[in-house]
Amino acid sequence: MLKVKNLHVYYGGIHALKSVTLELSPGEIVTLIGANGAGKSTSLMSISGIVQARSGEIVFEGVPINAMAPDRIFSLGIVQVPEGRRIFPGLSVTENLDMGAYLRTDRHGIKSDMDYIFTLFPRLAERRHQLGGTLSGGEQQMLAISRGLMSRPKLLLLDEPSLGLAPVLVQLIFATIERINRDNHTTILLVEQNANMALRIAHRGYVMESGSIALQDTAANLLRSEKVKQAYLGIQP
Amino acid sequence: MEYFLELFFGGLTRGSIYALIALGYTMVYGIIELINFAHGEIYMIGAFTALIAASALAMLGMDGWSLLALSGVIAIIYSAAYGFTIEKIAYKPLRKAQRLSPLISAIGMSIFLQNYVLLAQTSDFLSFPALIDEFSFMENVTIIGSAELVIIITTAVATAILTLFIKFTRMGRAMRAVAQDKTMAMLLGVNVNRVISATFIIGSALAAVGGVLISSQIGQINFYIGFIAGIKAFTAAVLGGIGSIPGAVLGGLVLGWTESFATGYISSDYEDVFAFGLLVFILIFRPAGILGKASSEKV
Repeated sequence: MLKVKNLHVYYGGIHALKSVTLELSPGEIVTLIGANGAGKSTSLMSISGIVQARSGEIVFEGVPINAMAPDRIFSLGIVQVPEGRRIFPGLSVTENLDMGAYLRTDRHGIKSDMDYIFTLFPRLAERRHQLGGTLSGGEQQMLAISRGLMSRPKLLLLDEPSLGLAPVLVQLIFATIERINRDNHTTILLVEQNANMALRIAHRGYVMESGSIALQDTAANLLRSEKVKQAYLGIQP
Repeated sequence: MEYFLELFFGGLTRGSIYALIALGYTMVYGIIELINFAHGEIYMIGAFTALIAASALAMLGMDGWSLLALSGVIAIIYSAAYGFTIEKIAYKPLRKAQRLSPLISAIGMSIFLQNYVLLAQTSDFLSFPALIDEFSFMENVTIIGSAELVIIITTAVATAILTLFIKFTRMGRAMRAVAQDKTMAMLLGVNVNRVISATFIIGSALAAVGGVLISSQIGQINFYIGFIAGIKAFTAAVLGGIGSIPGAVLGGLVLGWTESFATGYISSDYEDVFAFGLLVFILIFRPAGILGKASSEKV
Protein backbone atom coordinates (compact mmCIF):
# COMPACT_ATOMS: atom_id res chain seq x y z
CA MET A 1 0.00 0.00 0.00
CA LEU A 2 2.71 2.45 1.05
CA LYS A 3 6.33 2.01 0.04
CA VAL A 4 9.07 4.31 1.26
CA LYS A 5 12.41 3.64 -0.37
CA ASN A 6 15.87 5.06 0.45
CA LEU A 7 14.48 8.33 1.75
CA HIS A 8 17.00 11.06 2.58
CA VAL A 9 15.91 14.27 4.30
CA TYR A 10 18.08 17.20 5.32
CA TYR A 11 17.26 20.13 7.59
CA GLY A 12 19.85 22.64 6.47
CA GLY A 13 23.08 20.78 7.11
CA ILE A 14 21.55 18.13 9.35
CA HIS A 15 21.01 14.74 7.79
CA ALA A 16 17.69 13.88 9.46
CA LEU A 17 16.70 10.76 7.54
CA LYS A 18 19.35 8.41 6.20
CA SER A 19 18.04 6.02 3.61
CA VAL A 20 14.80 5.14 5.35
CA THR A 21 12.93 2.24 3.79
CA LEU A 22 9.62 0.93 5.03
CA GLU A 23 6.51 -0.73 3.73
CA LEU A 24 2.88 -1.13 4.80
CA SER A 25 0.31 -3.60 3.56
CA PRO A 26 -3.42 -2.84 3.57
CA GLY A 27 -5.10 -3.37 6.94
CA GLU A 28 -1.90 -3.47 8.95
CA ILE A 29 -0.95 -1.61 12.09
CA VAL A 30 2.76 -0.87 11.83
CA THR A 31 4.62 0.97 14.54
CA LEU A 32 7.70 3.11 14.27
CA ILE A 33 9.51 3.31 17.60
CA GLY A 34 12.68 5.01 18.69
CA ALA A 35 14.14 7.71 20.89
CA ASN A 36 13.58 11.45 20.65
CA GLY A 37 15.10 12.89 17.51
CA ALA A 38 15.48 9.54 15.77
CA GLY A 39 13.54 10.80 12.74
CA LYS A 40 10.10 9.33 13.39
CA SER A 41 8.13 12.56 13.02
CA THR A 42 10.25 13.62 10.07
CA SER A 43 9.33 10.37 8.34
CA LEU A 44 5.63 11.12 8.80
CA MET A 45 6.03 14.74 7.68
CA SER A 46 7.80 13.55 4.52
CA ILE A 47 5.01 11.10 3.74
CA SER A 48 2.47 13.92 4.24
CA GLY A 49 4.43 16.23 1.95
CA ILE A 50 5.18 18.92 4.54
CA VAL A 51 8.90 18.11 4.47
CA GLN A 52 10.56 17.60 1.09
CA ALA A 53 12.98 14.70 0.75
CA ARG A 54 16.25 15.31 -1.04
CA SER A 55 16.23 11.85 -2.59
CA GLY A 56 14.32 8.59 -2.38
CA GLU A 57 10.86 7.47 -3.25
CA ILE A 58 7.43 7.41 -1.60
CA VAL A 59 4.78 5.43 -3.45
CA PHE A 60 1.17 5.14 -2.32
CA GLU A 61 -1.03 2.60 -4.08
CA GLY A 62 1.28 2.68 -7.08
CA VAL A 63 1.36 6.50 -7.30
CA PRO A 64 4.60 8.35 -6.53
CA ILE A 65 3.79 11.11 -4.04
CA ASN A 66 7.21 12.62 -3.19
CA ALA A 67 6.67 15.81 -5.15
CA MET A 68 2.97 16.27 -4.37
CA ALA A 69 1.54 19.15 -2.32
CA PRO A 70 0.18 18.20 1.13
CA ASP A 71 -3.44 18.79 0.12
CA ARG A 72 -3.07 16.45 -2.88
CA ILE A 73 -1.53 13.73 -0.72
CA PHE A 74 -4.39 14.14 1.74
CA SER A 75 -6.93 13.76 -1.04
CA LEU A 76 -5.42 10.36 -1.91
CA GLY A 77 -6.40 9.11 1.55
CA ILE A 78 -3.29 9.65 3.65
CA VAL A 79 -4.12 11.51 6.85
CA GLN A 80 -1.79 12.50 9.62
CA VAL A 81 -2.67 13.16 13.24
CA PRO A 82 0.45 15.09 14.17
CA GLU A 83 2.37 15.26 17.39
CA GLY A 84 0.98 17.71 19.92
CA ARG A 85 -2.56 17.18 18.56
CA ARG A 86 -2.71 20.60 16.87
CA ILE A 87 -6.38 21.21 17.50
CA PHE A 88 -7.65 24.51 16.08
CA PRO A 89 -8.09 26.30 19.42
CA GLY A 90 -10.59 28.87 18.19
CA LEU A 91 -12.83 26.39 16.38
CA SER A 92 -15.52 24.42 18.17
CA VAL A 93 -15.34 20.63 18.47
CA THR A 94 -17.83 20.25 15.61
CA GLU A 95 -15.95 22.76 13.46
CA ASN A 96 -12.69 20.92 14.09
CA LEU A 97 -14.38 17.72 12.92
CA ASP A 98 -15.78 19.55 9.89
CA MET A 99 -12.24 20.59 8.99
CA GLY A 100 -11.37 16.89 8.86
CA ALA A 101 -14.10 16.49 6.24
CA TYR A 102 -12.95 19.59 4.33
CA LEU A 103 -12.70 17.86 0.96
CA ARG A 104 -15.89 15.81 1.32
CA THR A 105 -19.18 16.91 -0.15
CA ASP A 106 -21.51 14.09 0.98
CA ARG A 107 -23.46 15.77 3.76
CA HIS A 108 -25.17 12.59 4.93
CA GLY A 109 -21.92 10.64 5.07
CA ILE A 110 -20.31 13.42 7.10
CA LYS A 111 -23.26 13.45 9.49
CA SER A 112 -23.18 9.68 10.02
CA ASP A 113 -19.40 9.68 10.48
CA MET A 114 -19.75 12.37 13.11
CA ASP A 115 -22.33 10.24 14.89
CA TYR A 116 -19.94 7.28 14.75
CA ILE A 117 -17.23 9.44 16.32
CA PHE A 118 -19.56 10.55 19.07
CA THR A 119 -20.22 6.90 19.92
CA LEU A 120 -16.48 6.24 19.87
CA PHE A 121 -15.82 9.21 22.19
CA PRO A 122 -18.98 10.23 24.08
CA ARG A 123 -16.92 12.94 25.82
CA LEU A 124 -16.66 14.81 22.52
CA ALA A 125 -20.42 14.67 22.03
CA GLU A 126 -20.91 16.36 25.40
CA ARG A 127 -18.51 19.11 24.44
CA ARG A 128 -19.40 19.54 20.79
CA HIS A 129 -20.06 23.30 21.03
CA GLN A 130 -17.00 24.04 23.15
CA LEU A 131 -13.90 25.60 21.60
CA GLY A 132 -11.06 23.19 20.88
CA GLY A 133 -8.64 25.23 22.98
CA THR A 134 -10.71 24.71 26.13
CA LEU A 135 -10.53 20.91 26.05
CA SER A 136 -8.23 18.86 28.28
CA GLY A 137 -5.20 17.14 26.77
CA GLY A 138 -6.96 13.79 26.58
CA GLU A 139 -10.06 15.26 24.97
CA GLN A 140 -7.87 17.09 22.47
CA GLN A 141 -6.19 13.82 21.54
CA MET A 142 -9.58 12.20 21.03
CA LEU A 143 -10.59 15.14 18.87
CA ALA A 144 -7.35 15.03 16.87
CA ILE A 145 -7.83 11.34 16.03
CA SER A 146 -11.51 11.89 15.27
CA ARG A 147 -10.73 14.83 13.01
CA GLY A 148 -8.38 12.57 11.08
CA LEU A 149 -11.08 9.90 10.79
CA MET A 150 -13.59 12.38 9.38
CA SER A 151 -11.87 12.17 6.01
CA ARG A 152 -12.30 8.36 5.90
CA PRO A 153 -8.58 7.77 5.49
CA LYS A 154 -7.09 4.72 3.83
CA LEU A 155 -3.87 5.28 5.71
CA LEU A 156 -3.76 6.94 9.12
CA LEU A 157 -0.44 8.32 10.36
CA LEU A 158 -0.48 8.76 14.12
CA ASP A 159 2.34 10.68 15.79
CA GLU A 160 2.73 10.05 19.52
CA PRO A 161 -0.96 9.81 20.37
CA SER A 162 -0.19 8.84 23.98
CA LEU A 163 2.16 11.73 24.70
CA GLY A 164 1.41 13.47 27.98
CA LEU A 165 -1.76 11.51 28.75
CA ALA A 166 -2.78 9.82 32.00
CA PRO A 167 -2.36 6.00 31.93
CA VAL A 168 -6.11 5.37 31.83
CA LEU A 169 -6.43 7.62 28.78
CA VAL A 170 -3.45 5.95 27.12
CA GLN A 171 -5.33 2.64 27.44
CA LEU A 172 -8.43 4.21 25.89
CA ILE A 173 -6.52 5.75 22.99
CA PHE A 174 -4.74 2.50 22.14
CA ALA A 175 -7.96 0.51 22.39
CA THR A 176 -9.56 3.00 20.01
CA ILE A 177 -6.70 2.72 17.53
CA GLU A 178 -7.16 -1.06 17.51
CA ARG A 179 -10.89 -0.60 17.03
CA ILE A 180 -10.49 1.83 14.13
CA ASN A 181 -8.22 -0.68 12.43
CA ARG A 182 -10.67 -3.52 13.05
CA ASP A 183 -13.93 -1.67 12.18
CA ASN A 184 -12.81 0.17 9.06
CA HIS A 185 -9.74 -1.81 7.93
CA THR A 186 -7.81 1.44 8.11
CA THR A 187 -4.10 0.93 7.68
CA ILE A 188 -2.21 2.61 10.50
CA LEU A 189 1.36 3.79 10.84
CA LEU A 190 1.86 4.51 14.54
CA VAL A 191 4.82 6.51 15.79
CA GLU A 192 5.36 6.02 19.51
CA GLN A 193 7.81 6.42 22.34
CA ASN A 194 5.66 4.15 24.43
CA ALA A 195 7.17 1.13 22.68
CA ASN A 196 5.55 -1.41 24.96
CA MET A 197 1.97 -0.31 24.26
CA ALA A 198 2.63 0.26 20.58
CA LEU A 199 4.10 -3.19 20.03
CA ARG A 200 1.16 -4.80 21.80
CA ILE A 201 -1.37 -3.54 19.28
CA ALA A 202 0.84 -3.50 16.16
CA HIS A 203 1.37 -6.31 13.70
CA ARG A 204 4.87 -5.25 12.73
CA GLY A 205 7.38 -2.70 13.89
CA TYR A 206 10.40 -0.68 12.83
CA VAL A 207 12.99 0.64 15.25
CA MET A 208 14.61 3.94 14.29
CA GLU A 209 17.97 5.13 15.52
CA SER A 210 19.52 8.48 14.59
CA GLY A 211 17.82 8.79 11.24
CA SER A 212 17.83 5.24 9.97
CA ILE A 213 15.96 1.99 10.46
CA ALA A 214 17.95 -0.13 12.92
CA LEU A 215 15.62 -3.12 13.23
CA GLN A 216 12.43 -4.46 11.72
CA ASP A 217 10.38 -7.49 12.63
CA THR A 218 6.94 -8.66 13.70
CA ALA A 219 5.71 -6.89 16.80
CA ALA A 220 5.80 -10.12 18.80
CA ASN A 221 9.45 -10.72 17.93
CA LEU A 222 10.41 -7.13 18.72
CA LEU A 223 8.76 -7.40 22.13
CA ARG A 224 10.99 -10.42 22.83
CA SER A 225 14.15 -8.95 21.33
CA GLU A 226 16.87 -8.32 23.91
CA LYS A 227 17.98 -5.15 22.18
CA VAL A 228 14.50 -3.62 22.16
CA LYS A 229 13.90 -4.69 25.74
CA GLN A 230 17.04 -2.92 26.92
CA ALA A 231 16.82 0.20 24.84
CA TYR A 232 13.09 0.90 24.65
CA LEU A 233 11.18 -1.15 27.18
CA GLY A 234 13.38 -0.33 30.14
CA ILE A 235 13.89 -3.98 31.08
CA GLN A 236 17.34 -4.99 32.32
CA PRO A 237 18.51 -8.45 31.29
CA MET B 1 -27.25 68.61 20.91
CA GLU B 2 -27.69 68.95 17.19
CA TYR B 3 -24.02 69.81 16.81
CA PHE B 4 -23.10 66.76 18.86
CA LEU B 5 -25.23 64.50 16.66
CA GLU B 6 -23.73 66.02 13.56
CA LEU B 7 -20.25 65.21 14.86
CA PHE B 8 -21.44 61.78 15.95
CA PHE B 9 -22.68 60.86 12.47
CA GLY B 10 -19.69 62.51 10.83
CA GLY B 11 -17.43 60.34 12.98
CA LEU B 12 -19.52 57.27 12.27
CA THR B 13 -19.18 57.87 8.52
CA ARG B 14 -15.46 58.42 8.68
CA GLY B 15 -15.10 55.46 11.04
CA SER B 16 -17.08 53.24 8.66
CA ILE B 17 -14.60 53.94 5.89
CA TYR B 18 -11.68 53.23 8.24
CA ALA B 19 -13.41 50.02 9.25
CA LEU B 20 -13.87 48.88 5.64
CA ILE B 21 -10.16 49.36 4.96
CA ALA B 22 -9.07 48.04 8.36
CA LEU B 23 -10.86 44.73 7.69
CA GLY B 24 -8.41 44.04 4.87
CA TYR B 25 -5.39 44.76 7.08
CA THR B 26 -6.68 42.62 9.89
CA MET B 27 -7.71 39.65 7.72
CA VAL B 28 -4.37 39.51 5.93
CA TYR B 29 -2.52 39.87 9.21
CA GLY B 30 -4.64 37.11 10.75
CA ILE B 31 -3.76 34.70 7.96
CA ILE B 32 -0.13 35.41 7.09
CA GLU B 33 0.99 37.82 9.83
CA LEU B 34 1.89 40.47 7.30
CA ILE B 35 1.05 44.16 7.39
CA ASN B 36 0.01 44.71 3.79
CA PHE B 37 1.21 48.28 3.37
CA ALA B 38 -0.05 48.32 -0.22
CA HIS B 39 -3.62 47.93 1.05
CA GLY B 40 -4.25 51.69 1.15
CA GLU B 41 -3.28 51.83 -2.51
CA ILE B 42 -5.97 49.29 -3.32
CA TYR B 43 -8.50 51.69 -1.84
CA MET B 44 -7.06 54.50 -3.98
CA ILE B 45 -7.13 52.34 -7.11
CA GLY B 46 -10.75 51.48 -6.34
CA ALA B 47 -11.59 55.19 -6.26
CA PHE B 48 -9.77 55.88 -9.55
CA THR B 49 -11.38 52.91 -11.28
CA ALA B 50 -14.80 54.09 -10.16
CA LEU B 51 -14.05 57.61 -11.44
CA ILE B 52 -13.00 56.31 -14.86
CA ALA B 53 -15.89 53.84 -15.06
CA ALA B 54 -18.43 56.42 -13.92
CA SER B 55 -17.19 59.00 -16.46
CA ALA B 56 -17.41 56.47 -19.27
CA LEU B 57 -20.80 55.16 -18.22
CA ALA B 58 -22.17 58.70 -17.76
CA MET B 59 -21.20 59.43 -21.35
CA LEU B 60 -23.26 56.42 -22.35
CA GLY B 61 -26.19 58.06 -20.63
CA MET B 62 -26.31 56.21 -17.32
CA ASP B 63 -27.12 58.06 -14.13
CA GLY B 64 -28.46 57.74 -10.61
CA TRP B 65 -28.20 54.58 -8.54
CA SER B 66 -27.46 52.30 -11.49
CA LEU B 67 -24.38 54.41 -12.27
CA LEU B 68 -23.17 54.13 -8.67
CA ALA B 69 -23.85 50.38 -8.58
CA LEU B 70 -22.19 49.54 -11.89
CA SER B 71 -19.09 51.70 -11.42
CA GLY B 72 -18.87 50.34 -7.87
CA VAL B 73 -18.93 46.77 -9.12
CA ILE B 74 -16.28 47.52 -11.74
CA ALA B 75 -14.09 49.13 -9.04
CA ILE B 76 -14.55 46.11 -6.78
CA ILE B 77 -13.57 43.64 -9.49
CA TYR B 78 -10.59 45.72 -10.56
CA SER B 79 -9.33 46.21 -7.00
CA ALA B 80 -9.81 42.54 -6.16
CA ALA B 81 -7.70 41.65 -9.20
CA TYR B 82 -5.02 44.05 -7.96
CA GLY B 83 -5.08 42.57 -4.46
CA PHE B 84 -4.83 39.03 -5.85
CA THR B 85 -1.94 39.96 -8.14
CA ILE B 86 -0.02 41.92 -5.50
CA GLU B 87 -0.02 38.88 -3.24
CA LYS B 88 1.21 36.61 -6.04
CA ILE B 89 3.98 38.99 -7.12
CA ALA B 90 5.17 40.64 -3.92
CA TYR B 91 4.36 38.30 -1.02
CA LYS B 92 4.00 34.69 -2.14
CA PRO B 93 7.63 34.29 -3.29
CA LEU B 94 8.72 35.58 0.13
CA ARG B 95 6.49 33.38 2.24
CA LYS B 96 9.39 31.37 3.65
CA ALA B 97 11.73 34.36 3.93
CA GLN B 98 12.47 36.28 7.13
CA ARG B 99 9.60 38.33 8.46
CA LEU B 100 11.13 41.63 7.46
CA SER B 101 11.41 40.80 3.75
CA PRO B 102 7.68 40.72 2.86
CA LEU B 103 7.21 43.89 4.93
CA ILE B 104 9.80 45.73 2.84
CA SER B 105 8.25 44.26 -0.28
CA ALA B 106 4.86 45.62 0.85
CA ILE B 107 6.28 49.13 1.29
CA GLY B 108 7.89 48.86 -2.14
CA MET B 109 4.61 47.79 -3.67
CA SER B 110 2.85 50.73 -2.02
CA ILE B 111 5.37 53.27 -3.39
CA PHE B 112 5.24 51.64 -6.81
CA LEU B 113 1.45 51.81 -7.05
CA GLN B 114 1.33 55.43 -5.88
CA ASN B 115 3.82 56.50 -8.48
CA TYR B 116 2.24 54.38 -11.15
CA VAL B 117 -1.08 56.17 -10.62
CA LEU B 118 0.74 59.52 -10.37
CA LEU B 119 2.27 58.94 -13.81
CA ALA B 120 -0.82 57.44 -15.38
CA GLN B 121 -3.11 60.17 -14.02
CA THR B 122 -1.77 63.43 -12.59
CA SER B 123 -0.63 64.75 -9.23
CA ASP B 124 -3.60 67.15 -9.18
CA PHE B 125 -6.83 66.50 -7.40
CA LEU B 126 -9.45 65.21 -9.82
CA SER B 127 -13.06 65.96 -9.10
CA PHE B 128 -15.14 62.92 -8.34
CA PRO B 129 -18.85 62.96 -9.27
CA ALA B 130 -21.39 62.76 -6.47
CA LEU B 131 -22.64 59.30 -7.29
CA ILE B 132 -24.89 59.10 -4.28
CA ASP B 133 -28.16 60.93 -4.95
CA GLU B 134 -29.93 62.90 -2.25
CA PHE B 135 -32.89 61.05 -0.80
CA SER B 136 -36.08 63.09 -0.91
CA PHE B 137 -37.05 61.98 2.61
CA MET B 138 -33.74 63.38 3.89
CA GLU B 139 -34.50 66.92 2.75
CA ASN B 140 -35.25 68.32 6.20
CA VAL B 141 -32.60 66.31 8.06
CA THR B 142 -29.59 68.43 8.92
CA ILE B 143 -27.53 66.17 11.17
CA ILE B 144 -26.69 63.61 8.51
CA GLY B 145 -26.56 63.68 4.71
CA SER B 146 -27.69 61.01 2.27
CA ALA B 147 -24.14 60.04 1.34
CA GLU B 148 -23.25 59.54 5.00
CA LEU B 149 -26.33 57.42 5.50
CA VAL B 150 -25.44 55.23 2.52
CA ILE B 151 -21.87 54.83 3.76
CA ILE B 152 -22.96 53.79 7.25
CA ILE B 153 -25.58 51.33 6.01
CA THR B 154 -23.29 49.82 3.38
CA THR B 155 -20.55 49.29 5.95
CA ALA B 156 -22.97 47.65 8.37
CA VAL B 157 -24.27 45.31 5.68
CA ALA B 158 -20.79 44.47 4.36
CA THR B 159 -19.54 43.71 7.87
CA ALA B 160 -22.55 41.53 8.60
CA ILE B 161 -22.10 39.55 5.37
CA LEU B 162 -18.38 39.12 6.07
CA THR B 163 -19.08 37.89 9.60
CA LEU B 164 -21.61 35.34 8.38
CA PHE B 165 -19.24 34.25 5.63
CA ILE B 166 -16.37 33.67 8.08
CA LYS B 167 -18.62 31.91 10.56
CA PHE B 168 -20.74 29.65 8.41
CA THR B 169 -19.15 28.89 5.05
CA ARG B 170 -16.62 26.24 4.22
CA MET B 171 -14.11 28.83 2.98
CA GLY B 172 -14.68 30.94 6.09
CA ARG B 173 -13.95 27.97 8.32
CA ALA B 174 -10.84 27.19 6.29
CA MET B 175 -9.70 30.81 6.72
CA ARG B 176 -10.00 30.56 10.47
CA ALA B 177 -8.21 27.21 10.45
CA VAL B 178 -5.33 28.56 8.33
CA ALA B 179 -5.07 31.58 10.62
CA GLN B 180 -4.76 29.33 13.65
CA ASP B 181 -2.44 26.60 12.29
CA LYS B 182 -1.31 26.67 8.69
CA THR B 183 0.52 23.34 8.69
CA MET B 184 -2.39 21.52 10.27
CA ALA B 185 -4.78 23.00 7.72
CA MET B 186 -2.51 21.68 4.96
CA LEU B 187 -2.52 18.26 6.60
CA LEU B 188 -6.32 18.29 6.32
CA GLY B 189 -6.32 18.98 2.60
CA VAL B 190 -6.72 22.75 2.65
CA ASN B 191 -5.09 24.47 -0.31
CA VAL B 192 -3.50 27.27 1.70
CA ASN B 193 -2.58 29.31 -1.38
CA ARG B 194 -6.20 29.47 -2.41
CA VAL B 195 -7.29 30.56 1.08
CA ILE B 196 -4.67 33.32 1.13
CA SER B 197 -5.79 34.52 -2.32
CA ALA B 198 -9.41 34.57 -1.17
CA THR B 199 -8.40 36.69 1.82
CA PHE B 200 -6.67 39.26 -0.38
CA ILE B 201 -9.61 39.34 -2.79
CA ILE B 202 -12.18 39.93 -0.03
CA GLY B 203 -10.06 42.55 1.74
CA SER B 204 -9.45 44.41 -1.53
CA ALA B 205 -13.12 44.35 -2.46
CA LEU B 206 -14.02 45.93 0.90
CA ALA B 207 -11.36 48.61 0.46
CA ALA B 208 -12.74 49.40 -3.00
CA VAL B 209 -16.24 49.83 -1.56
CA GLY B 210 -14.80 52.31 0.93
CA GLY B 211 -12.88 54.14 -1.78
CA VAL B 212 -15.87 54.58 -4.06
CA LEU B 213 -18.24 55.71 -1.31
CA ILE B 214 -16.00 58.23 0.43
CA SER B 215 -14.73 59.73 -2.85
CA SER B 216 -18.29 60.26 -3.93
CA GLN B 217 -18.97 62.08 -0.67
CA ILE B 218 -15.78 64.17 -0.58
CA GLY B 219 -15.81 64.93 -4.29
CA GLN B 220 -12.12 64.77 -5.16
CA ILE B 221 -9.29 62.22 -5.31
CA ASN B 222 -5.60 62.04 -6.09
CA PHE B 223 -2.86 59.39 -6.01
CA TYR B 224 -2.00 60.11 -2.38
CA ILE B 225 -5.37 59.44 -0.72
CA GLY B 226 -4.55 55.74 -0.24
CA PHE B 227 -1.47 56.46 1.83
CA ILE B 228 -3.28 58.64 4.36
CA ALA B 229 -6.38 56.47 4.56
CA GLY B 230 -4.14 53.39 4.77
CA ILE B 231 -2.21 54.72 7.75
CA LYS B 232 -5.43 55.67 9.52
CA ALA B 233 -7.08 52.32 8.82
CA PHE B 234 -3.96 50.51 9.94
CA THR B 235 -4.13 52.51 13.17
CA ALA B 236 -7.76 51.47 13.49
CA ALA B 237 -6.87 47.81 13.02
CA VAL B 238 -4.15 47.98 15.69
CA LEU B 239 -6.44 49.96 17.97
CA GLY B 240 -9.14 47.30 17.78
CA GLY B 241 -6.69 44.41 18.01
CA ILE B 242 -5.03 43.33 14.78
CA GLY B 243 -6.24 39.96 13.54
CA SER B 244 -9.70 40.49 15.00
CA ILE B 245 -12.58 41.27 12.64
CA PRO B 246 -14.92 42.90 15.18
CA GLY B 247 -11.80 44.68 16.45
CA ALA B 248 -11.18 46.28 13.06
CA VAL B 249 -14.74 47.62 12.92
CA LEU B 250 -14.68 48.87 16.50
CA GLY B 251 -11.22 50.39 16.03
CA GLY B 252 -12.40 52.17 12.88
CA LEU B 253 -15.43 53.64 14.62
CA VAL B 254 -13.53 54.71 17.72
CA LEU B 255 -10.92 56.41 15.54
CA GLY B 256 -13.60 58.10 13.44
CA TRP B 257 -15.38 59.48 16.48
CA THR B 258 -12.14 60.60 18.11
CA GLU B 259 -11.20 62.58 15.01
CA SER B 260 -14.66 63.98 14.52
CA PHE B 261 -15.10 65.20 18.10
CA ALA B 262 -11.53 66.53 18.31
CA THR B 263 -12.13 68.49 15.12
CA GLY B 264 -15.54 69.73 16.18
CA TYR B 265 -14.87 70.74 19.76
CA ILE B 266 -11.21 71.69 19.65
CA SER B 267 -9.72 72.32 16.26
CA SER B 268 -9.16 70.44 13.03
CA ASP B 269 -5.45 70.97 13.60
CA TYR B 270 -5.68 68.50 16.45
CA GLU B 271 -7.40 65.75 14.50
CA ASP B 272 -4.27 63.63 13.98
CA VAL B 273 -2.88 64.43 17.42
CA PHE B 274 -5.94 62.87 19.03
CA ALA B 275 -6.10 59.97 16.61
CA PHE B 276 -2.52 58.85 17.16
CA GLY B 277 -2.52 59.92 20.81
CA LEU B 278 -5.39 57.48 21.31
CA LEU B 279 -3.33 54.77 19.63
CA VAL B 280 -0.40 55.38 21.99
CA PHE B 281 -2.75 55.39 24.96
CA ILE B 282 -4.39 52.09 23.99
CA LEU B 283 -1.07 50.43 23.24
CA ILE B 284 0.27 51.38 26.67
CA PHE B 285 -2.70 49.99 28.58
CA ARG B 286 -3.86 47.23 26.23
CA PRO B 287 -0.94 46.29 23.99
CA ALA B 288 -3.00 43.73 22.06
CA GLY B 289 -5.67 46.32 21.19
CA ILE B 290 -9.21 46.73 22.46
CA LEU B 291 -10.50 43.31 21.37
CA GLY B 292 -7.15 41.61 20.72
CA LYS B 293 -6.15 38.63 22.77
CA ALA B 294 -2.76 38.54 24.38
CA SER B 295 -1.16 35.68 22.52
CA SER B 296 -0.67 32.52 24.50
CA GLU B 297 -0.21 29.03 23.16
CA LYS B 298 -1.40 25.90 24.82
CA VAL B 299 1.14 23.21 24.22
